[in-house]
Amino acid sequence: MHTVLQSLMDQVRNAHASATPLRIRGGGSKGFWLHAQAPQELELRAYTGVVDYEPSELVITVRAGTPLAEVEALLAQQGQMLAFEPPHFGPTATLGGVIASGLSGPRRASAGSVRDFVLGVRIIDGLGRDLSFGGRVIKNVAGFDVSRLMVGALGSLGVITEVSLKVLPIPAFDVTLEWALQEAAAIVRMNEWGGQPFPVSATSWQNGRLRARLSGAEVAVRAAMHRLGGDAIPQGAAWWASLREQSAPCFETSRPLWRLAVKSTAPPLGLSGAILTEWGGAQRWIASDHAPAQLHKAARDAGGHALLFRGGNPAIPHLGMLHPVLGQIHRRLKHAFDPKGILNPGFPGNF
Amino acid sequence: MTAMPTQSEITAALSRWLPPDAILFQPEDVRPFETDGLTAYRQLPYVVVLPRTEAEVQAVLRYCHEAGIPVVARGSGTGLSGGALPHATGVLMSMSRFMRILDIDPLARTARVQPGVRNLAISEAVAPFGLYYAPDPSSQIACSIGGNVAENSGGVHCLKYGLTVHNLVKVRAVTMAGELIELGCDALDAPGYDLLALMTGSEGLLGVLTEITVKLLPKPQKAQAILAAFDDIEKAGHAVANIIASGIIPAGLEMMDGPATRAAEAFVHASYPLEAEAILICESDGTPEEVLDEMARMKAILESSGAIEIRFSQDEAQRLKFWAGRKAAFPAVGRLSPDYYCIDGTIPRRTLAAVLKRIYEMSHEYGLEVCNVFHAGDGNLHPLILFDAAKPGEFERTEAYAGKILELCVEVGGTITGEHGVGVEKINQMCVQFRPDEISTFHAVKAAFDPEGLLNPGKAIPTLHRCAEMGRMHVHHNQTAYPELPRF
Repeated sequence: MHTVLQSLMDQVRNAHASATPLRIRGGGSKGFWLHAQAPQELELRAYTGVVDYEPSELVITVRAGTPLAEVEALLAQQGQMLAFEPPHFGPTATLGGVIASGLSGPRRASAGSVRDFVLGVRIIDGLGRDLSFGGRVIKNVAGFDVSRLMVGALGSLGVITEVSLKVLPIPAFDVTLEWALQEAAAIVRMNEWGGQPFPVSATSWQNGRLRARLSGAEVAVRAAMHRLGGDAIPQGAAWWASLREQSAPCFETSRPLWRLAVKSTAPPLGLSGAILTEWGGAQRWIASDHAPAQLHKAARDAGGHALLFRGGNPAIPHLGMLHPVLGQIHRRLKHAFDPKGILNPGFPGNF
Repeated sequence: MTAMPTQSEITAALSRWLPPDAILFQPEDVRPFETDGLTAYRQLPYVVVLPRTEAEVQAVLRYCHEAGIPVVARGSGTGLSGGALPHATGVLMSMSRFMRILDIDPLARTARVQPGVRNLAISEAVAPFGLYYAPDPSSQIACSIGGNVAENSGGVHCLKYGLTVHNLVKVRAVTMAGELIELGCDALDAPGYDLLALMTGSEGLLGVLTEITVKLLPKPQKAQAILAAFDDIEKAGHAVANIIASGIIPAGLEMMDGPATRAAEAFVHASYPLEAEAILICESDGTPEEVLDEMARMKAILESSGAIEIRFSQDEAQRLKFWAGRKAAFPAVGRLSPDYYCIDGTIPRRTLAAVLKRIYEMSHEYGLEVCNVFHAGDGNLHPLILFDAAKPGEFERTEAYAGKILELCVEVGGTITGEHGVGVEKINQMCVQFRPDEISTFHAVKAAFDPEGLLNPGKAIPTLHRCAEMGRMHVHHNQTAYPELPRF
């Protein structure tokens, strides 16, 4: 066994024995997202390396501490990518953090989310046991899908040590188009595109401007451009990168940043303040001092849920109130994987 | 512990919530439920219930939970791993009366349906909007969407369009205790753990589905197929790798070895080249521009990979003809031999040539013929072992051979089941693939939803002490429960 993995297992075993909570840390780029309160840190950054990558398999297996940037560079050499476009939020981002945070970027609505690309994981559970679930093949229905359960669980069910992901080819050609359009009409337009065979790979609306990225074979993209109209804009790649990394001006705010995940067709939410809409209408960002209850209600009424993403009062729990039966299932799952509650205490919040 | 209720006690209790026609217990009435698509396993259910409403499902489960009666949920009964095999002293809950499509939202591209709705019926219902439901298991004309969720069903297009888990928005389910839960939501994610993913493919062990909202996709404007023949299976394997490595994700990519090709040709006369040692069917779909571009690139790759013959489908009829032989491969092989055994392993594609070589070598060692059909795009291999159960010892030899093939799949980094599920059939092989701590974790996950272990007990996850014998799909005299359905 790899000496780093052995050391990680020993640390978790000791923590289990002494019931000492652990703060799991990869690159620290998404620390704002998880307000884990624990005296002791479990450092994953030394557990790096690509375990297996064969481009023609469309599968890569990497250790959790491997920098995301390194993995993306390796894939790009072979003309491949992580199609869910995970945000980095800093140069230190690791693959383990990508899986644990479960965050996806602009391509999410067309390509799928992190969990859609996870094929297998290796974890250390709260007892310090080395466990593997799923596998390194695209089709696999043996056992419960524990791999996908780890996505977005913020390390609360296990220390992710290795992950296998499906990868996809980088589209040969991209273009970004823009239209002047009001919010309500833009939401309808984005949804209409989703029902038609256009190679739309990302959408956004902000401040009266609807943007769409088309990706694919050049002939197909050009044919779609012809049908869709709009104006091609030169700085398209930079725009989508700024949404992915939340470096666009609208994210630079002193106000609390809320994420509202809603049904894609939900009409404008009627909240005052600037809204940025992504994912074909299904993800809406607002920097706002609105009362949390008002934002939660607006999201619920629109078929979804709201989350305080950055800033604001950290005492606000990550999770809204879950149905009591679901809350009980969550507690039992947490107990099954981490009976002493030592892994990233604080998530999944109060429910 | 109180004694198990008798059959008449159960039916009397259930009649408080269900009308008489929704409770069956006479042997002649429950006989049709004794098996699913894996007919080698049979068990008469104690009592069958056919609820019509969510409230009835809740009432039945609440009662069974309190009385400690096992419950097995069943969709259309087309599953191939015995996942819906009844429990000898339990209630079999057929969801066949949950037949309604509740809502179609063309703009949001979703359909909310009851679990007994057939897979293909969804695509038919949404076709007027130019939409379809992508996962297309081979039994799609008969299999139910509830069963698809329980098994995380795939299909021949799943490399490009994903499995069931990739095409769900949310589900409603009832736990064994009779509590209604909703997993997923109308947004693209839901708060908390991803229980929707966990429920998908859980083989009826975590809850009974009562409502499913699926994602719909725009129907591709065009589809075209290439039929390519190779004189060497290794070259065909390299051709597959070369296509994928070039950046193409074909809508379908299927392979048959020489024996499977010849069996299929004799059965459906699809004009397959009989001298080939392997054939590939590559499908492209999308806009006319995309298809034209992709077909030209695939043709060039197939040529440089050593194809001895390449044909393009010229129209829809010919495209379907290319597929006809592939889709009929199982019954075609069934004509060659009194019995066959189907295996459902997945392997990393790059190991294909080595795995097939070993399968052929073992074929000689065991004195049993084998044909191979392969979802080449996603690595899902279906070796079909031909045998005659009437010959003494041949079935046992087949089982031993099949067991070796599955172990080989695990050994090269693959899995014991790509799409048919574990059910009762592959429960022993779970111990080959997973270690005891992992299996204990599966049991703990099960207990989070069903602490008493009453829902579909004995399926999918083995107890730690039963890792012994091996078993697989056994088709006797080509008789499956639904011989008219293609199996691929």
